[in-house]
Amino acid sequence: MSDHHLAQINVGVLKAPIDAPSMAEFAALLDPVNALADSSPGFVWRYTDEGSNDATAARPFGDDILVNFSVWRDRESLWNFTYRTDHLDTLRRRREWFHRLEDMHLAMWWIPAGRIPTLDEGRTRLELLRAEGPSPEAFTFAAPFPPPAADEPAATAAG
Amino acid sequence: MTGTGIDALSVLAEPLRRRLYEYVADHGGEVSRAQAAEAVGARRTLAAFHLDKLVEAGLLEVERRKVSGREGPGSGRPAKLYRRSRREHALHLPPRDYGTAAALLAEAVDRAGAEEALHAAAREEGERRGAAHAADGGPVSSADLAGWLERHGYEPVCAEGPGAGPAAPQETTAPGSGRPSPPAEPTAGCPALRLRNCPFDALARSHPPVACGMNLELLRGLLHGAGAGSFQADIAPAAEGCCVVISSEPDSKNNSH
Repeated sequence: MSDHHLAQINVGVLKAPIDAPSMAEFAALLDPVNALADSSPGFVWRYTDEGSNDATAARPFGDDILVNFSVWRDRESLWNFTYRTDHLDTLRRRREWFHRLEDMHLAMWWIPAGRIPTLDEGRTRLELLRAEGPSPEAFTFAAPFPPPAADEPAATAAG
Repeated sequence: MTGTGIDALSVLAEPLRRRLYEYVADHGGEVSRAQAAEAVGARRTLAAFHLDKLVEAGLLEVERRKVSGREGPGSGRPAKLYRRSRREHALHLPPRDYGTAAALLAEAVDRAGAEEALHAAAREEGERRGAAHAADGGPVSSADLAGWLERHGYEPVCAEGPGAGPAAPQETTAPGSGRPSPPAEPTAGCPALRLRNCPFDALARSHPPVACGMNLELLRGLLHGAGAGSFQADIAPAAEGCCVVISSEPDSKNNSH
């Protein structure tokens, strides 16, 4: 049993306001897909706006940017939820609702189990990945890093 | 790579071994020595010999487990259970590497946000294949469809309903024949076909949304091109197998995009 959990943050730039007719199908998927995440094996935590069950209102990274920010037991549990559940269908259709991003839009990193990461931390990891490419401090599914060994601290990045 | 492909192929040249391999692969789960021996009509020791050859060649995997739930002294040795190996064997002569090409093209589609073009191309290819299939054999029945999917490596099995797990082991195999039962059909008794094998497995692991989106459009195009409008293809990923499920539409509307 690892004493580290995997944090991931990803951002998407909306093609239209979330209450626009073109976004209706996406908006309708929020609750079921969030519920699916919550009940998926290895799910630990996900960021929500205060007083809400999703993260579509506060827009901490910009008016048209949706943030998806969560913690999982390990890479496998995050992978299985992301790609082996109905969440995959949302990903398959993402271009209908989100602009393509030139920059890296998803970063993951290991945190000590039990700690809840902050939005600033997520932003820092994303910027780090964009600036320096994958490293133990900020990586991707395609270029993963193992959790820190039990006797060393989790990789730290300022923020 | 070519060397291991030739080795694997040469192991399958022995007819009994090939029937054993096909039986285990078609079964879809774990198979005991006794089951496999009975299925191909061979003595158990002979079947065991060939099963182990298949394991050595990396075509099957073996696990030792006590199957009866008995424990402690006198409960017997753990049984050997065989299943198809996940390892891929490719044989291209002269050497070819389409896997790398596919991964690079998928990465480019992802980076360029070109999914729409890929989906359109896949759908058109599916429609061509479906039309060619329909032209071959007249109207498309559910058996035709399952047969086509089987021939193209999807390994269709009946799913009991939406979200159903893998179909029950196929016990309908005629003893001694070692041949698979006919593919399942999406009919009243079988409302949906799960596809036990993903022909694009490596790509579906490295680039899931791109590969699964492509596969979905390919199959939707196929249904449309074959005039099989009473069936629909949808994304329904499970832990194993293909991300697409094919079901019969109750109201036989046209397969919507």
